[in-house]
Amino acid sequence: MTASTIRLAATPADHHIARMAALALGLSVLEAAIPSPLPGVKPGLSNIVTLIVLARYGWRAAAWVSLLRVLAGSLLMGNFLAPGFFLSLSGALCSLAALAASRHLPQRWFGPVTHSIFAAYAHITGQLLLVYFWLIPHTGLLYLVPIFATAALVFGTVNGLIASYYLNEPQTEPVKA
Amino acid sequence: MSPVEHIKPGDWISILLGLLFTAWLATTAWHGGAADTAIIRSGGKIFREVPLSRDQIIEVPGPLGLSQIAIHNRQARIAADPSPRQYCVRQGWLKQSGEISICLPNQVSVELNGGGKRYDSLNY
Repeated sequence: MTASTIRLAATPADHHIARMAALALGLSVLEAAIPSPLPGVKPGLSNIVTLIVLARYGWRAAAWVSLLRVLAGSLLMGNFLAPGFFLSLSGALCSLAALAASRHLPQRWFGPVTHSIFAAYAHITGQLLLVYFWLIPHTGLLYLVPIFATAALVFGTVNGLIASYYLNEPQTEPVKA
Repeated sequence: MSPVEHIKPGDWISILLGLLFTAWLATTAWHGGAADTAIIRSGGKIFREVPLSRDQIIEVPGPLGLSQIAIHNRQARIAADPSPRQYCVRQGWLKQSGEISICLPNQVSVELNGGGKRYDSLNY
């Protein structure tokens, strides 16, 4: 019997996406250490990476980075296939859908701040819909919606500003991938 | 560099839209729903459904005895109850649709209901 080796050919683009996803993963692990007043209210720092990747390398790369981060993040936190994982996933999928739409806005007028705000609202919408239809089918949830919306606006704006600041820095040239 | 330089004109519109949307959500979710009926339950079954427009006192039988529910000035409360800790009595007046007061030991509850089902406005 001969040992068989499976060899996957990884292109430089794959390596680059993996590096970006690892960076996003680092931010989400960092963020898990920040105490939150309400489950679901958190800064979503890893989305800064998604925004930068979207601006520099397009939507497909951003989707890869975002979904890899959700998957690997859940493995690191130990909640793979637990409710928290599906909440992240639905949030990420809705955010990506919002980004797919908002990136067609004229770039002269709309920057990462707009994309970030739209993605943040989409994220919380996806999560709340999943919570409502799967975990807590109770209308009392409605009382929390304004709190989540406020958090989405604040953190969406801040993350967008950070991404915008990074993208405008002269020393942060895109990597040739 | 100040952070304002990183915000493009359209971004201000997005922030403004976000503020308006959030304010609208807060007003609909927190101040909506004038109640018009009180649903009184006993042992998990609906005992009576009464309009809030008429002031009255209703006596509801439970395993421990009679609970008294008072309707007054479009509000409802449990005025007296044989339960030992009196949580539902101390909860006071219920004013908005969706509010509920429950006496677990005597298996009596009163819930305010009004307008349509609240989650019909659950759109983002």
